[in-house]
Amino acid sequence: MICQAWRVLLAAIPLTVTMLTLGAPHAFAQEPPYFVTYSQVLEEPGNLEVAQKGATASPKNANAFYSSTFEFEYGATAWWTTEVYVQGQTTKNDSTVFTGFRWENRFRPLPTEHFINPVLYVEYEDVNQADKSFLEITGNHTISDLQVNNSQSQPLIERSIEGKLILSSNVHGWNISENFIAEKNVSNEPWEFGYALGTSRPLASAASAKACVFCRQNFSAGAELFGGLGTRYTFGLKQTSQYAGPTVDFNIPRGPTLGFSPEFGLNDNSVGTLWRVKVSYEIQQFRDLFLRKGNR
Amino acid sequence: MKKRLWMVSVLLIPALTAMGAANGKWLKKVPDADRKRVNPYAGQPEAAAAGKILFRDNCAKCHGADANGQHGRPSLRSERIQNATDGEIAWILKNGDPWKGMPSWSSLPEQQRWQLVTYIRSLPLAVSAPTKTGSQPEKGEKQ
Repeated sequence: MICQAWRVLLAAIPLTVTMLTLGAPHAFAQEPPYFVTYSQVLEEPGNLEVAQKGATASPKNANAFYSSTFEFEYGATAWWTTEVYVQGQTTKNDSTVFTGFRWENRFRPLPTEHFINPVLYVEYEDVNQADKSFLEITGNHTISDLQVNNSQSQPLIERSIEGKLILSSNVHGWNISENFIAEKNVSNEPWEFGYALGTSRPLASAASAKACVFCRQNFSAGAELFGGLGTRYTFGLKQTSQYAGPTVDFNIPRGPTLGFSPEFGLNDNSVGTLWRVKVSYEIQQFRDLFLRKGNR
Repeated sequence: MKKRLWMVSVLLIPALTAMGAANGKWLKKVPDADRKRVNPYAGQPEAAAAGKILFRDNCAKCHGADANGQHGRPSLRSERIQNATDGEIAWILKNGDPWKGMPSWSSLPEQQRWQLVTYIRSLPLAVSAPTKTGSQPEKGEKQ
């Protein structure tokens, strides 16, 4: 199992490095600094964003873990973004395992901006129960799920279809986003639900006239609240985990974006503190790399 | 069979209508109130300098470092853009034209969008003949 996980993670690292060294120009992503919540921002058409998201925690009565997720997000058009996730985790005193992959698509149905902008999200997941990525919480996720050994949880694979209704607004420099999540295992299990809310803003509204690294405009900060809503039969905020915390992003000019967030468990079903880090890098006009030389 | 045809029509007609509507030039879609909006940074060199940095970081990848357009994406030094009002340029930055490939930049704070407008208005009109790497202003229908 260790070999399998490392094979995937180690394969992703040189792939990432290769992409970063292709010489393609890179830039700011205009995305808000969320880890779970989606806003109306899609990837710009032709751009490829490569990201690594990490989550670590020491749950009560369970071993500490570190989960790593690699994301490859591509702007197919200005109204359609497609993304592949590959993920794994390592648990102290246990093992390192590959936990699965996800393929998501986001569609923006309305051609102009409105006070509330909807985005439709559809995802296919092939993830086993050893997953500790906390990319979202659905159903009745509790701390006891984190106490199971990898050897027991990894063989239990869940294939599911997930939909999200993303509603997002930009008001006076603030982004306010709400996600409602519905997930259905393709086997005979009930619908599971979840939610995520986020608000954020850049630390400066106007840009500096001088190129600078530590200008306030390069930082954005906000807060997130997310958790499960149970299943079709147990709908509600109880018997599932809930988290909230601040989040901050630093867009290094002509470089990667770094993100950080401590998220605090709000009930006994949640981990005390979930620490998250993110590094993302946007390769601009990735598709132009495949144009014939004469057309470049 | 009739029921199936009806369902397909219900799904397709709004999509085709939306695509048909998107074929109109974006300038025609700009509401009058937006068209008349005044750029608070108009003519300010500092704002243009800030806009230049924003342009480099966000726009140059598609429109070219010199804003002359590239890979079929439109020039911002064309007569169409340079004759547009500040409000019209601000509107396209905020809303984009997703069906034509222009994303919305509404996540940039409004002040930064106005700084971009100031920079775009400071660009000289393109006079050189179109090249392989620059788009032709006359064909800038997409924008």
